[in-house]
Amino acid sequence: LEAQAIFDTLKGKFGDAIVELQGEGFSPAFVVVAPAAVKEVSRFLRENPDLSFDVLMCLSGVDYKEKFAVAYHLHSLKHRHAIGVKAMLPRETPSLPTVDDVWPGANFHEREAFDLFGIVFDGSKDLRRKDYKYPDSYHGIKV
Amino acid sequence: MTNRSNALPTQEMTINMGPQHPSTHGVLRVILTTDGEVVTRAVPDVGYLHRALEKIGERVTYAQFMPFTDRLDYLAAMNCNCAWAWAVEKLAKIEVPERAEFLRVIVCELNRISSHLIAFGSYTADMGAFTPFLYGIREREHVNDLFEMICGNRLTYNYARVGGVSGDAPPGFLEKTREFLDYFEPKIDEYNNLISYNKIFVHRLANVAVIPAEEAVAYGLTGPNLRGSGVPFDLRKDEPYSVYPKFDFKVCVGTGERGTLGDCFDRYMVRINEMRESIKIVRQAIAQIPDGPVLAKVPRVFKPPVGETYFRSECPRGETGIYLISDGSVNPYRLKIRTGSFVTMNIFEKITRGLMIADIVAVIGSFDIILPEIDR
Repeated sequence: LEAQAIFDTLKGKFGDAIVELQGEGFSPAFVVVAPAAVKEVSRFLRENPDLSFDVLMCLSGVDYKEKFAVAYHLHSLKHRHAIGVKAMLPRETPSLPTVDDVWPGANFHEREAFDLFGIVFDGSKDLRRKDYKYPDSYHGIKV
Repeated sequence: MTNRSNALPTQEMTINMGPQHPSTHGVLRVILTTDGEVVTRAVPDVGYLHRALEKIGERVTYAQFMPFTDRLDYLAAMNCNCAWAWAVEKLAKIEVPERAEFLRVIVCELNRISSHLIAFGSYTADMGAFTPFLYGIREREHVNDLFEMICGNRLTYNYARVGGVSGDAPPGFLEKTREFLDYFEPKIDEYNNLISYNKIFVHRLANVAVIPAEEAVAYGLTGPNLRGSGVPFDLRKDEPYSVYPKFDFKVCVGTGERGTLGDCFDRYMVRINEMRESIKIVRQAIAQIPDGPVLAKVPRVFKPPVGETYFRSECPRGETGIYLISDGSVNPYRLKIRTGSFVTMNIFEKITRGLMIADIVAVIGSFDIILPEIDR
């Protein structure tokens, strides 16, 4: 499916939790999602037979200066299409639900985002600080 | 595994394997909880080699980051060089001369051969057979000679450039490459006769650490580790980039020929078979390579348009994905590099439960991990 069609499907299912589609200049396009809905949207993206995004290619923390973000890159082996999902988080309390029960491969990526940006993934089965052996006084990547 | 319910109760013991351990292929620490010889839990502790490459990438220009990509995976530096170049070219929509793309494919596939030779050699050495390691190193030396010829370096090549490659192949390079392929191709049969189907070796690998296909997909495994589970997914074929669509080659998958589909032996055999396919690709590339320039005209102060891109390419250890965010300045705004080994370590704890300690070594070797790629 094309990005617009995926966006429309999600919009029809989740309504206001789907914020916008970032298409121009983005490859793949990003669907911006409210942080609290990330887990339900992820599960739908994985389990809906028309979408079936079974591979989480990458999960990255991003510092957009005024906000933090978590970017998910998804791919479907069945349909051979790709999409990005993004959740914008407030700088003060950057937290959102984990997706490691949707794609178990998310765990290491989430640990990295937690370690480098301080983004908390609620409900994660193993979220630990200091994978990267930085001192306690380190507060994540600064722009 | 033996039935342990009737056995004498033993106390669980926690042991460190690494960070300095010859069979962990670098500074990987595994915290083993063992009950006798049986591992009840093996938790990998990564991060000892973290050099903040992604952060460095935000502080240097796109072109300046090229030598850092050599340090991502030093056994396959050409593949990482080219991955970076392809990602930046995708972001900035730069057209690359065709000869440069052919040269990139040639060096990438040669590097895949040399990387798989190390994987093969170090794996057999881990399993107690030292001679094949020397064979692997001997053949790899020829590839290093070829690379020295084309770019002057033997380990960190810094060969690709945004818009092409740093220099054309010197006279005689393509002939020398063909000679190497003629010399090398029969060696693969020699390896198979020497060690691959050796009874002891097969016993150590077959039916150990089986990863079913759906689990491999769910954990996001890529490259030979995914194909070892029988999933025929190869980015060179399924999401073709560069000039790969011009070449005829086959995607090697595990078949469970000596045990269960997705065991250590399948992952090992995928690498052996992939070397043959790489030979095929290099032969075709040499036959088809056009004349022409090898470097596009890219401005010295180079600013890609604002945007975000994710480019992935097939490296010897799986998919190397480069997530680049550009704010229109000379530096990347954010760079994240997703590497095959990093993702592979995620499944380690799950599949090593209940194995013997000696099997842990077999699992690490079958994943062909490389630590600078895990920690970046």
